Amino acid sequence: MSTPAPDGTGPTAVPDPSSGPVATSDDVLRVEHISKRFGAVTALVDINLHLRQGEVLALLGDNGAGKSTLLKILCGFQPPDSGRIILNGQEVTLKSVDAARALGIDVVYQDLALIDELTVYHNMFLKREAVRWPLLNNRAMRRIARQRLDDMGIGLKSVDAQVARLSGGQRQAIAIARAIYSDAKVLLLDEPLAAMGAKEAAIILDLIKDLKRKGDVSVIVIAHNYGQVLEIADRVNLLQHGEITLDKPSAETSVQELNDIVIAEYRAALQARQRSG
Amino acid sequence: MTTGRRARERNGNEGQGTNVSDTVQQAPEVAGGPPGEPSSGGPVWHGVKRAALLFAEQREATVLVVVILLCVYFGLFSSASSDFFTSDNIANITWTVAPWAIIAIGEVFLLVCGELDLSVGFILGFSPYLMHYLIDFYGVPPLLAVLLSLLMGVAVGFVNGFITVTLGVASFITTLGTGFILLGIMLVTSHAYPAVIPASATGVGHYFGSWTWSEITWTIILVVVFQIVLSRTRWGLHTVAVGGNLLGASEAGISVPKIKYGNFMITGFMGALTGLMITFQTNSIDPSNASYTPMFYAIAGAVIGGTALAGGSGTVIGAFLGTLMLAILFDGFNLIGISANPLPIILGGAILVAMIANVQLARLRRAGRAR
Repeated sequence: MSTPAPDGTGPTAVPDPSSGPVATSDDVLRVEHISKRFGAVTALVDINLHLRQGEVLALLGDNGAGKSTLLKILCGFQPPDSGRIILNGQEVTLKSVDAARALGIDVVYQDLALIDELTVYHNMFLKREAVRWPLLNNRAMRRIARQRLDDMGIGLKSVDAQVARLSGGQRQAIAIARAIYSDAKVLLLDEPLAAMGAKEAAIILDLIKDLKRKGDVSVIVIAHNYGQVLEIADRVNLLQHGEITLDKPSAETSVQELNDIVIAEYRAALQARQRSG
Repeated sequence: MTTGRRARERNGNEGQGTNVSDTVQQAPEVAGGPPGEPSSGGPVWHGVKRAALLFAEQREATVLVVVILLCVYFGLFSSASSDFFTSDNIANITWTVAPWAIIAIGEVFLLVCGELDLSVGFILGFSPYLMHYLIDFYGVPPLLAVLLSLLMGVAVGFVNGFITVTLGVASFITTLGTGFILLGIMLVTSHAYPAVIPASATGVGHYFGSWTWSEITWTIILVVVFQIVLSRTRWGLHTVAVGGNLLGASEAGISVPKIKYGNFMITGFMGALTGLMITFQTNSIDPSNASYTPMFYAIAGAVIGGTALAGGSGTVIGAFLGTLMLAILFDGFNLIGISANPLPIILGGAILVAMIANVQLARLRRAGRAR
C-alpha cells in the first residue's frame, strides 16, 4: 500500500516533457510495451493497449493471466519494469494511486472503496468534503449527493443511510459515482459484477451504459465473466499468460469464441501436466 | 490493530449479502420488513428486533436513562438519600468523573480510528511533576510551565504515534512501553516522593482544579467541543473512516498516519491536562496518581457509552455518560456504606452487557432484517 501524499500536495506524477508529443489520435490512454516481472515469474509481456475517448474496453482473462497486475500499473499502485503510459498524448509516470487520480485515472475496487460506518453522502464526498469552516457542510453534501445519484439513475431512498445497509450493487454504484464526480476521465473497474446477482448487476450495467452515452468518461472493465461484459463493452482484449492474445470489437466476438480460447488453454495445461507426470 | 480480522468479517458478510436472495432484503427500500421475507417469527419477534436496534442506535439515551435512574435511586430511595444531592457530594462526583471523562475523550478518538493508549495514566502522573520541576528548578513562569507540561503530553502522544504508525508496533505494546518509561522517569526524578505545588502556580491552579467546579467546567467544554469535532468536522469523519475501513480510507486519499498521530497527541494532551487538574484539586503532587486506573475507567466508560473497541464508531457524549454512570455508582456505594468491593463486579457486568449488545446488534443490523 502506497502512503497517500499529505494534504495539499498536488500530483507527483509530471508529464515528461522530453518525450514530446506522441502521434495524436482519439486515444485517451495508450500503453506501449509494458512488461512486469516478479522475481522468476513473468506477469506481463510487452503489453500494448489503447483506450479511445468514451469507449468501454473489456479486459478479460483467466485468474493469473495478469489482469490485476496491469490494473495496478494503470492506477499507479506499482510501476512497470519497462514500457510507457501515454495519457492524452503525453507520456506520464504514475508514481502513486493519488498521482494517477490527480491525472484523472481512477480505480474502483470490488469491495474496498466504501466505509461501512459512514453515510452514503459522506462516502461520496470522502476527502473532498464540503466545508463551512470549521464544520462539515452536511446539508450541501446531502443535496449534491442526492442530485448526482438521481442524475445517474441510481435509485436510493435516502443518502443518509449507512452504506453497510446497502446491497452490493448499490455500494458499487456509489463507488463509481464517487470516482466520476471526482473528475475521473479514465475509470478502471475491477470485477464490478463479481458476486452480484442479476438484479444487482443490472444496476451497474445500466450505469456503465449511461456513462457511455454521455461519453465524458472512458472505461476499462476488468472481468472474467464474459457474458455480462460483452453486453456493455465496445471492444474486448483478452489477456493470456501476460500477453494480449485477442483485440476485437465486441460485435465481432462472442462468449463462444472467448470460451473456446480459454478451454483450449486449459486442455494444453492439462496435457502438459500429464506429459510431465 | 484488528483490521485484518475485521476486513475478513466484513468480506464474509458481503459474501452472504450479495447473493440474489439476500440482496432483496438488504435494499433500504424495504424498510419496515420485506413483504416476501421468509417468516422468522412473526410481527412480535420483528418488533423485539426493531426495539433492540433502536436501543443500539440510541445508546447515549440508554446510558442517560441509567444515569437518571441511579440518581433517583441514590437521591430519593437509598439510605443515603439525604446526602446525595448536597453540593459537597455533587462536587465529589464531578471530581471522580472529570479525569475519567477527559481521558475518555482521547481514548474515543483513538478507539474509533482503531488504536488505544495505555500510557495516558502515566502522562497524567508525570505532567504535574514536570510543572513543578520547571517552576522550582528552572524558574519558568507558572503559566508557561503549565503549557509546557501540556505540551509534554502532546509530545508523548507523538512518540506513541511514531512507534505505532511509523515503526509498526501495535499500539497496545507501544503504549505499554512508553507508559512504563514515563512511570520510571517520574519515580527516578521525584525519588517517589510527593511534592508541594509551587506557590507561584496557585493563581493558575484556580482555573485548573483548585476552584471546586473548574474540573467539571473543563470536562463539559471539552466534551462538547470534541463531540462536535468527531461528528461535524473533517477530522472526525476521517477518524471514523480510518477505523471503519483502513484500506478504503487511504484509497480515498486520507492520510492514515496523520489521523493516528493526531489522535495519539489529543489523548496525550488530555492525560497531561487531567494530571494537572487532579494535582490542583487535591493540592498535592502525588506519585500514586500515576496508574492504569483512570485509563481503564475511561475505556470502560467509552465502551458502555457505545464506542466499538474495534474501531469505526463511538461518541464522546456516550463516553462522558458512561464515565458519569460509573462515577455515580462509585459515589452512591460509598454513601450507602457498602464497601467499594462489589463495584468491580457491576463494572465488569456493565462492560460485558454493553459489548455484547454492541456486537450482537451490529450483527443483527448487518443481516439487515430488523430494518
